[in-house]
Order: sequence, then structure tokens, then C-alpha cells
Amino acid sequence: MTEPTAAAPAAMPLPPTPSQTVGPFYGYALSFAGGGDLVPAGHPEALTLHGYVFDGAGEPVPDALLEFWQADPAGATAGAPGSLRHDPATGQVVGRDTVRFTGFARVPADADGHWTLRTLAPGPHRPAAVPYLALLLFARGLLHHLHTRVHLPEHAEALAAEPEFAALPPERLNTLLAVREAERRYRFDLRLQGEKETVFCDFPLGPHQPPGAAPVPGAR
Amino acid sequence: MTAQHPPPPAEPGSAAPHAQPVPPPPPHGATARGDAPPLSPAPSQADIDEAIGAAHARAAHAATRDHPPRDFPPYRSSALRHPLAAPLPLRDPEAVELRGPVFGVTDVTALDSDLTRRHHAEPLGERITVTGRVLDRRGRPVRGQLVEVWQANASGRYAHRLDQHPAPLDPHFTGFGRCLTDDEGRYAFTTIKPGAYPWRNHTNAWRPAHIHFSLFGDAFAQRLVTQMYFPGDPLFPYDPILRSVTDLAARERLVADYDHELSVPEWSLGYRWDIVLDGPAATWCEEGRAR
Repeated sequence: MTEPTAAAPAAMPLPPTPSQTVGPFYGYALSFAGGGDLVPAGHPEALTLHGYVFDGAGEPVPDALLEFWQADPAGATAGAPGSLRHDPATGQVVGRDTVRFTGFARVPADADGHWTLRTLAPGPHRPAAVPYLALLLFARGLLHHLHTRVHLPEHAEALAAEPEFAALPPERLNTLLAVREAERRYRFDLRLQGEKETVFCDFPLGPHQPPGAAPVPGAR
Repeated sequence: MTAQHPPPPAEPGSAAPHAQPVPPPPPHGATARGDAPPLSPAPSQADIDEAIGAAHARAAHAATRDHPPRDFPPYRSSALRHPLAAPLPLRDPEAVELRGPVFGVTDVTALDSDLTRRHHAEPLGERITVTGRVLDRRGRPVRGQLVEVWQANASGRYAHRLDQHPAPLDPHFTGFGRCLTDDEGRYAFTTIKPGAYPWRNHTNAWRPAHIHFSLFGDAFAQRLVTQMYFPGDPLFPYDPILRSVTDLAARERLVADYDHELSVPEWSLGYRWDIVLDGPAATWCEEGRAR
């Protein structure tokens, strides 16, 4: 076997396994009941986030899959297991236990490209951080997923002041902001291409290493 | 195998003129196979081969070719579904994306990794096991993380209502599974070898047999959805999805190895496929992480 062992980690970074499209037929495998309900209906602090996914022709994308990952209201990013909690008798996914906040949600778009998430507002993940929900988008036709972020409108000014987003013109920055529609209800549309295209982001390796992180062995 | 020929007009001996790039599909592509609709004039395999060659030539200068370009015209469904702007690089070492969801014993049952035992009888097809390790780019195992798979049955049909390929459904096979990686990052599934199937990207388009994989790392930034292929498949040269990975060495990382040591006498054939998750790992918090 050629695989590296724990005792001798690869000296050089390993080349990654390439991405491939999620395709059209993930629905019976990845989707699960209550995937978009991080908190149960009727939770006094629940907020509803919803929107559409549009393609470059402005048409809705009916086979998009969205995943969300976020801090809890206190800003903790430890997460909790149980997003896919099973009934051991039937093997069916029965939903989260309503006590632990898992921080992870998965929502397939409907036939009209619409999706809905019920969650709690994320807290700042470090002192003074701008809170957000991390959003990952998959679709047929999309060979490599796309990361973006959802910010609630009350954090618009703080977002605009973030150095990493400073270069974005206001109309681009606005694609990262949900719109308040009603009490505790927000709208966030995603546009894959063209005018009003959503700002997508990535997380390149280096050159900035986290403070105190060990250097990569053998890295140049 | 298609040569990496330059873009048009260099096409000596070609039967059909290919002055036009591959046409994008109309906006609504939802059809029997969920791909390009049958009404548009479907490109031929030769058109697609040429478009692949042109796309590979364009990508030859890219800084990295580990992943497919999102704009890959031979895969026609990508035309309206790729952003035009480059992604915004984010390097905040405390980004929420450098942590990730956790899964545990409530999320997966012991039976979930055996796709042949979901129904009252055995599915048809060639029983196989697929195993390997999930690693980060430094070679460290990804422990206790969720691996999900889905696939067509032995006849090349998905248990999805929108798949109307005229191949039989198997009442004893649905075709999805889950497991958690162990302390060495290892996963293992028992299933049947999926069949190849046609799709409507172009005339006579066939997907090589593959298993879809969904993987989580310790960081959300390491998330990966991909497809595993089987060694020696004669359809590799014709498939614009596999060939969307423009670098041959990277493409080969999507192909499992047949491993005779993994085959079980009188029972199943064994395949090994190791997976390396791209993206920054959650180095800054790994010591404090509950497992």
C-alpha cells in the first residue's frame, strides 16, 4: 500500500481528490427529512431564511442542493451530532432532537428553485466578529461546489468594514446580505451567473498560517 | 483516446464542420435524464471531443488543475451555472468554515454501509466492497466524519423518479449508504457494481460506471462531493464529466484500484480508493475538538 501512515505523515502536501458534480439524482441519498429545520417550528427565537437559486438566464435552478454551517447564538462553532438522527427500528431519519443545536443543515431546492431554512441567528464566532451563515451550493451542471456567506441586514455596516470584503463594490457586497421581509423572516437569493451574480468565496491554503499553527513539514 | 487538439478550425479529415462552439442548453433542462433537453440539436461525440480538446488547451495555463473548471462547455449543463467572477479568497484563520459539522452514532446505523441489505432479498449485480481512507492534504486521517454514497443499480438506473432510462429498476436495491470514518480515516461500503448509463448531454452520451461520494472534513472548507470510477472503463475517453478534470494525473485520482487482497473468496470483489480533501484543515482547534 502506498498510503501514508500516522507515524510518517506525507512530507509534501498530498494532491487533492478532484471535485465532480453532484448530478441530478442525489435526492434519495443526500436529502433527509427536516434537513432545513435547525430548530423546530414554533421555537420562539426561530428565524426563517429563504430564497431562490437562479441560473445565468435568470431561470430558477430546481435541482440545487444547499448546505448551511453556522455558529450557535452564543458564537460557538463546536457543532453537535444528530443532524441525521435515525430511528434505530426503522432506519429512517427522524430529525434533530430539538435540544442540541447541530449547526448543520441541508436543503434541496424545490421544483421552483426555492429553499427554506429555519434556524437561530448565529452569534459572533470571536469577539466582535461579524456573524454569518456559511452556505455551500451544489447543483447539476456545477462541477465544483460554491461557498458563500449569508449575513443578516443588521450586520451590513460591520460587513462593509471587514478588510477581506473591502474591495467589493456595494452592489456586489449586497449579494452577501439577506433582506428582512417580515418579523424574523429574511430573503436571500443566489444568482449563479451574470448581472447581480452572488459573490462566491474560497479558502486558499496559505500563505497565512493560523497563529501558533505548526508549519507544514517539508513545505516550501 | 481523444488527442488534446487545439481549438477550431484545425480539423483535417473531420466529417462535420465544427465552426460553432457547443451550443448551451435552453434554460430549462429538466428532462428524463435531468440533463440537456432533447429538442435542441444535440452535438455529436466528435463535437464534444473537440470541445474537450479546446477546453483542455485553455486550461493548460491554469495555476492549478486539481479541480475541474466550473466553465466547461463540453458539459453543457455548466453553461449557465458557473459564476463569471473569480471567487473571493478568504484567509481569516478563525473563519467559521475552518470548523465544521460533527456527526456521531445517532447519525448512522451499522447497516447503512451495506447497500445490499436494505431490502428483503439480494440485489442483482456484481457484489463489491469499496474501502479506503479519507485524508487531509498533509496526510492526516479525517476521523469520525460522515461519508455518503449513492449510485445507479447494476443495470445503470437510479432509484430516482426523474431517471426514466429504460433499464430495469431493482426492487432489492436503492443505492445509497452512509458511514463514519474510523480513527485511521477508513471507510468501507458493500454494494454492487453500478452500470453505465446514457444521458442527454450529446448524441450517444454514456456515463462510465461510477459511485457518487459526499465527504466532510473537520473544516467545512474541506467539503467534497465527487465521483469514483472503476479501473479500465472503456467509456473514460468519451465522458465530459470525468474529463472536466483537465489534468490526467488528477483524473486518475478519481479511479479506484482493483485490490485482489480485498476480494473475499466466493463472495465479493474489492476496490480501494483513498480520498484527499482539499482546503485548509482546522489546525488551530484540533486539540480542543471533542471526538
